[in-house]
Amino acid sequence: MSEKNYGIMAEFDTPGAVLEAAKKVRAEGYSRWDVFSPFPVHGLDKVMGLGNSYVGLFSLVFGGGAFLGTLGLIWYCNTFDYPLVVGGKPMFSMPMSFVPAYILLVLAAAIGAFVGMVALNQLPRHHHPLFNKKRFELVSRDKFYLVVGSADPKYSETETRKLLEELGGTHIEIVEDN
Amino acid sequence: MPETSTQIESLAPPPELRRSPNIIGNAGLGYLTDKLTAFNEGKTPLWWWAAFCPAAFCAAFVLPGMLIYQISTGVGVWGNNKPVMWGWDIINFVWWVGVAHAGTLISAMLFLTRQHWRTAIGRAAEAMTVFSVMMAGLYPGIHVGRAWFDWFMFPIPTYEGMWPNFKSPLMWDVFAVNTYLMVSTLFWYMGLIPDLALLRDRAKTPVRKFLYGVFALGWTGSARHWHNYEKAYLVLSGLCTLLVFTVSSIVGMDFATSQIAGWHATIFPLYFVVGAVYCGFGMILVLLIPLRKLCHLEDIITMRHMDRICKLTLLSSLAIAYIYLMEYFIAWYSGDPYERWVFSHRLLGGTYWYGGWIMIVINVGMAQLLWFKKVRQNLKLVFVMALLINMGMWFERFTIIVGSLYQDFLPANWGFYKQTWVDVGTFVGTLGVFFTMYLLFIRFLPMVPVSEVKGITPQANPHHPLGGGKGAKS
Repeated sequence: MSEKNYGIMAEFDTPGAVLEAAKKVRAEGYSRWDVFSPFPVHGLDKVMGLGNSYVGLFSLVFGGGAFLGTLGLIWYCNTFDYPLVVGGKPMFSMPMSFVPAYILLVLAAAIGAFVGMVALNQLPRHHHPLFNKKRFELVSRDKFYLVVGSADPKYSETETRKLLEELGGTHIEIVEDN
Repeated sequence: MPETSTQIESLAPPPELRRSPNIIGNAGLGYLTDKLTAFNEGKTPLWWWAAFCPAAFCAAFVLPGMLIYQISTGVGVWGNNKPVMWGWDIINFVWWVGVAHAGTLISAMLFLTRQHWRTAIGRAAEAMTVFSVMMAGLYPGIHVGRAWFDWFMFPIPTYEGMWPNFKSPLMWDVFAVNTYLMVSTLFWYMGLIPDLALLRDRAKTPVRKFLYGVFALGWTGSARHWHNYEKAYLVLSGLCTLLVFTVSSIVGMDFATSQIAGWHATIFPLYFVVGAVYCGFGMILVLLIPLRKLCHLEDIITMRHMDRICKLTLLSSLAIAYIYLMEYFIAWYSGDPYERWVFSHRLLGGTYWYGGWIMIVINVGMAQLLWFKKVRQNLKLVFVMALLINMGMWFERFTIIVGSLYQDFLPANWGFYKQTWVDVGTFVGTLGVFFTMYLLFIRFLPMVPVSEVKGITPQANPHHPLGGGKGAKS
């Protein structure tokens, strides 16, 4: 039974080793590869050239939308649809509308950050080719994995394996895509 | 001995001045992982059952019993009366919101200020926040009397065409408390995702694998995931920090916008924030001092952590002392006879003098013991003090609420307040629910954020020799 390859994975013992390996892999011209680690490795996003995350943008749009939306809601409820006079105060004014609008800004911006994180990471997913590898269970414990995807134009089972071996990777395995 | 090595030696501070590390023992990443998940994967210890059974009894029988009785009969079963319309229900609401605040301060504000020591206690503090906001949110819902009309609080289009009054701080409270609950739950859950993935990877049984797997959302630990995750975590902690200042401020405004002497003060929003944080630190100490011992986490939640929480408690006690002083000064300086009456009767009145003295003696007086290192290192003493701080802060709210309401401007509004057994039962019930949820949390989820704690070890630093970096050999 022939299965499509997802890529090739190599295990590293320390964050320093995987960071060095990532630098070399990038210098070799690979483009479709990723590093898996139990915690964020400092400096890795720079080496991988990930740039700025768009999560903040989600948060801004959600939060800003909620702020304006709440102002609109308050105006609609207490001024337009059912004008409500309380103690002779103006029907609509910023000081009294700001607080609920601001609170809902915080709520929506937080939801935005979470939704942004989940969406940009393409989660939730209940399956990943790497989950088939018994060894990969150590990724959340103390091991670091560098995976070069088979979709990479430079990918070659022999050449890539050789490179990863040179970089000090152990337990180099082909990851099947099924 | 070569010259250079002696020079380097002299640069290092003497041992007594060196900071003890955040994690004692310089343990490897694998060892830390095993240690921090041991409590979730091991056998349930006897003390857990001993604590869980009474808490679960209160949660399953006492609270529902009280709620059914109160909702089916009416608010009259409480001690609330005219003029004391706010009794234990609002005291406990403010108290529970207060307990929540220190959790957010630790988990979010100390994250923003890059206090690495916070990682070990952040999750436990955040869980405290989530559960206590739940308990706080319960009270206004039943205090309205006809709980089946709670939906009036939300702007829902109905056949009546009526909308809530957005000019009222009580309305803002609805939004603030619900927002606080949702945002801190999100923050807490997001922090849990990598650790849920860890428990999924370690799971021995298919049921555990499935359940942890579902909640881990398929987390792989990819660098791209971490990249977005860290950003989202940063944004969320910034937003949570805003909530530390907002939620209790709005609760304070519920009081300050009224005309009651003792409430009608501009200092109230700040007053409530500081009081909330102070009370919350007390609760954190109450939870962590036994748990670090029972869960064998002394190397992770070290004496240095406890020392720092004690210092923060002391700091917030000084802030609250300043506010008490200001309150009394303004009451005198305003020349308002009602203000002067309320504040002098807090300490010298015949009815509720004990509340005023408890709050001053405990919150201002006793907390000064924390200046001494000997006291801060004596955890048994600190535990007792923390319990007393929770009590002192409860009496602060009692003094503010009942002490200001029981006699106001007109003789027609001179009354007396005494709680009933239903008031006490409801409070005991909420304590039961809180501890039930907390015990379930520490049993099934890692109490210490494993991935974050691993992230602050030298082994996790790619530029440190222990992390495989090319730095100087040591």
